Amino acid sequence: MPVSCPPLIRHFPSVTGAGCAPAAFSISGAGVPSIRCPVIKNMVLLSLKNCIWLSCVLRTPKACFWSTASGGLIIQSVSNDVYQNLAVEDWIHDNMDLEKQQVLFLWRNSPAVVIGRHQNPWQECNLRLLRQKNIKLARRRSGGGTVYHDLGNINLTFFTTRKKYERMENLKLIVKALKALRPQLDVHVTDRYDILLDGQYKISGTAAKLGRTSAYHHCTLLCNADKFVLSSVLKSPYRGLKSNATPSVPASVKNLFEEDPSLTSEILLDAIAKEYAVQHQIDHHITLINPADETLLPGISNKTKELQTWDWVYGKTPKFSVSTCLNMAYKGSVLDVKVNMDVKHGRIEVCNIDLPEQWLPPGLYSELVRSLTGSKFCPNETTTLAATLLRVCPQDDELHSRWSLLCENMIRLM
Amino acid sequence: LNIITTIKENHLTVCIHRVRSCGSIRFIKSKYVCVFDKSALKFSHQQLFLMHSNFSFKLSDIGEGITEVTVKEWYVKEGDSVSQFDSICEVQSDKASVTITSRYDGIIRKLHYNIDDIAFVGKPLVDIEIDASKGVASEEDVVETPPMSHEEHTHQEIKGHKTLATPAVRRLAMENNIKLSEIVGTGKDNRILKEDILNYLAKQTGAILPPSPKAEIVPPLRKTEAAPAAPKDKARKIPVPVSRPITFSGKDRTEPVTGFQKAMVKTMSAALKIPHFGYFDEVDLTQLVRLREELKPLAEMRGVKLSFMPFFIKAASLGLLQYPILNSSLDENCQNVTYKASHNIGVAMDTEQGLIVPNVKNVQVCSVFDIAVELNRLQSLGSAGQLGTSDLTGGTFTLSNIGTIGGTYAKPVILPPEVAIGALGKIQALPRFNGKGEVFKAQIMNVSWSADHRIIDGATMARFSNLWKSYLENPASMLLDLK
Repeated sequence: MPVSCPPLIRHFPSVTGAGCAPAAFSISGAGVPSIRCPVIKNMVLLSLKNCIWLSCVLRTPKACFWSTASGGLIIQSVSNDVYQNLAVEDWIHDNMDLEKQQVLFLWRNSPAVVIGRHQNPWQECNLRLLRQKNIKLARRRSGGGTVYHDLGNINLTFFTTRKKYERMENLKLIVKALKALRPQLDVHVTDRYDILLDGQYKISGTAAKLGRTSAYHHCTLLCNADKFVLSSVLKSPYRGLKSNATPSVPASVKNLFEEDPSLTSEILLDAIAKEYAVQHQIDHHITLINPADETLLPGISNKTKELQTWDWVYGKTPKFSVSTCLNMAYKGSVLDVKVNMDVKHGRIEVCNIDLPEQWLPPGLYSELVRSLTGSKFCPNETTTLAATLLRVCPQDDELHSRWSLLCENMIRLM
Repeated sequence: LNIITTIKENHLTVCIHRVRSCGSIRFIKSKYVCVFDKSALKFSHQQLFLMHSNFSFKLSDIGEGITEVTVKEWYVKEGDSVSQFDSICEVQSDKASVTITSRYDGIIRKLHYNIDDIAFVGKPLVDIEIDASKGVASEEDVVETPPMSHEEHTHQEIKGHKTLATPAVRRLAMENNIKLSEIVGTGKDNRILKEDILNYLAKQTGAILPPSPKAEIVPPLRKTEAAPAAPKDKARKIPVPVSRPITFSGKDRTEPVTGFQKAMVKTMSAALKIPHFGYFDEVDLTQLVRLREELKPLAEMRGVKLSFMPFFIKAASLGLLQYPILNSSLDENCQNVTYKASHNIGVAMDTEQGLIVPNVKNVQVCSVFDIAVELNRLQSLGSAGQLGTSDLTGGTFTLSNIGTIGGTYAKPVILPPEVAIGALGKIQALPRFNGKGEVFKAQIMNVSWSADHRIIDGATMARFSNLWKSYLENPASMLLDLK
C-alpha cells in the first residue's frame, strides 16, 4: 500500500512577480514513522492528506513552460471566470502543437451555465433566474448539452492531435483514478460518454471539439455542486419554442461528496492528474496558468472578449420560432393574445401579435411590430424600445397602461 | 523555377521532366506537402492538362467510427472564394462539434447539404472549383510542421497573385475569416504582415488601433535606398519620403438600424418637431465641492456612493416648484399644457448599448440621500442591462451629465413629451474674482439648458436657471426651501 509518490509541486510559469519561499511537501507512505503518539500521528496524517492543495510557487523561465519535451503537460487555471477558462481552451486548440505532447487542462468556474455550441439558451435554462442571481451564461465551442458549473464542479479538458482523439480512453482514465482513490466507488462509463455513480446518477457529462489538426475532449465531474441551484436554473420556463437546436438530455445527478464526504474538488483533481501523469509517463507536475496573462498566451484577451459578446452567446442560436399565448389580465377580464415570432441569429425576424381590434391605435401597433422586427430577442432591448415608443405616442393614461401591459408580457417571453 | 525538394529521388526526375514540357506551369514550394506518393503525382499529372476543375471535397473521417454527422452551420456560400485551411462548415456528431476546413484554394460551387441535414463520411460535402495549373494538395491528410516556427514562409498562388505570409499570419487571418487575397501586404515583396491583418480588422470594426510602425518612415530602409545616391544627398538634410502608392483595402459596411439605434431615431425625429432655444450659464461649485467632500464618508457609511448628481437633481426640483411650466407637457395638437405633479427627473446614462434615460420618481418628496440611493440602484441596473419599463418611462424633466465624459457647453435635445432639458459640463478649476476683487480658485461648471419655445420663454428659463444656480452656489440656502 505505501506508494512512494514524487513530491507534488505546482508552479507558475511566469517570470515576473515576487518569489515565494518554496514550501514543498513530500507525501509518501513512509513519511511519518517517527511520531509515536497515535492521536497526534493520525492528526498529522489527516492534515497531510488534507494539505494536498499546495501553494508552492517556484519561478520557472517562460521558455520552459511551452517547450517541455515530455509526452504530456498538466495545467491548471488560477481563474474561476468561465469566459477566461473557455478562452484558454480555444488558445491551446489553436496555438499549441500537440504532436509531441498532449495536454490535460484542469479548471473550475464560479456559478455559470454553459450551453453547447449549437444549443438554444431559451430552451435550456431559466434566463430570468440567471439574470436575477447574477449567474453567467456562456456558450462553449464544443457540442453537447447544457451544464451548470460552480466551484463544486471540476472541468477536465484532454487535448490531443486529431488523430489521437479518443474519448473512451480519457473517461476510463478518470474512472481508474476515482477507483484508485476510493476503491468502493461504483462508477462506470456509459456508451453515451457519461460517467454514472451507483449505476443511475450522472456525475460527468462530455463534449468535444475537433479542428483540422487538433482536438479536445472535455468533461465535468460533480464533486460538491449546488444541486438545488443546478436543477432550478436548468429548467426553462419558456413555452412554445420550436427549434432544431441540440436538446439536452436531463439526468438525475449526484455529487461524489454525497457518496463520500471526505472527497473534495482538490483531492479529485490531484488524483486525476496523478493518473494522467502515470499514463503519459511524465512527472506529477501541475503548472498553474493565469488566463489573463497576455504575454504567456498572446491573443487570449481577444478570445475572452469574443466569448462574452451577445452575438456569440445568444446570436449563435440556431433559428427558432416562438408560438405562444399571452394571458393578459386587464380591467377584470383576461385577454388571450396569440404571439408568433421567428428568431434568427438571436434577432426577431418575423413578429405577429394577435391583438383585439382597436385595443391599441393601429399606428402604434404597427410601429411596435416594425421596431421589434430586426431587434434582439432580449428583454433589455425590448424594454428600451417600448419606453421610447411610449414617448412619441399620445399622452393618455389608458393607452399607457395597455401599452405597458402588452410590453411587460412580451418582455417575459425573452 | 521552384523545384519540390522533399520528394524522393525517383519522383523528382519525373517532375523536372514535366517542367520542361509545360513551361507555364508552376509548382508549389510548400513545407506543408511532405507526403507526395506516386498515386498522388499521377493524379496531378491529369490535372495539369485541365485548367479548371470541380473537386468534390469529401467529408473526411471524424474518428471513433463515426459515419454520419449533422451539418450545423455553413461559413461559406456558393460563389465564395476560399483559401486552403479556411473554415467551411461546422458539423456535429454525438456531442462533438467539428470544424471542417478547406484543403484547397478555390471557389465554392456547390454545397451538398442544408443546415440540419445529415452528412455522410466519405461522401461529397462541397464542390470546389480550383485552378489546376496551380497544383493540388495531396489527397491524404497533410502533416503539418509545428506552428511555432516563424522563420519559414509559404508561397501560395492565388488568382495569379503571389501571397507571402508566415504561418502565424495565415492563422490570424483564418481565425478572423479573412481571405488573404483581400489584403494588401506592406512587407517586403508585398508580404502580408500581422499589422496588415490588424489594420484590415480595424477598418472592418471601426476600432482605433495604435498607428502601425510601418506607416512611418523607417530609417534603415531609407539608408539602403539612399546609399547609391549618397554623394548627391550629402547636402540634403531633410529626408525624402519613400513614395509608395498608398493603397486602401477597406470596404464599406452596411447594417440595418435596429434595437437601440432605432429607438434613438424615433425619439430624435419626434424631438425635431419641438422648436428649441438654448440658454447657457456657469455655476461656481466651490462650496458644493467642499460640502460633498464632507458628506461623502457619511453616505459611504450608509453604503451609498454620493456624486454631485443628487444635489443637481434636488436643486432642479426646488426650482421646478417655482417654475412648474418647465415640468409640463404639451399635447399633440398644442391645445393643452399639462402641469405634471410629480418631478420625475431623468438622468441620461451611457451604457454599452447606447443612451438610456431612467428617471428618479417624485424628487419633490425625496431627500438628497434618497436620490443618491435611487441613483445607485438605477446605475447598477443600467450597467447590467436590467432596467425595467417603469424606470424608463414617466420622466418629466431631464438632466444630462455629459461632463463626466468631457465638454463644457452642449446643445441638448429635449426628450418628448418633456419640455426642457439641461446638460452639465465638466467641473474645472478656473480663476475668478471674488467680491473684494481678489482672484481665487473656483470650481466652475457650465450648464446648457434647452426648452420648448412654444410654451416657455427665455425669461422663465433664465430665472429658473438663476434659482438653480443659487441653490448650488450656496448649498445652505437649499435648507430654507427643503420640503
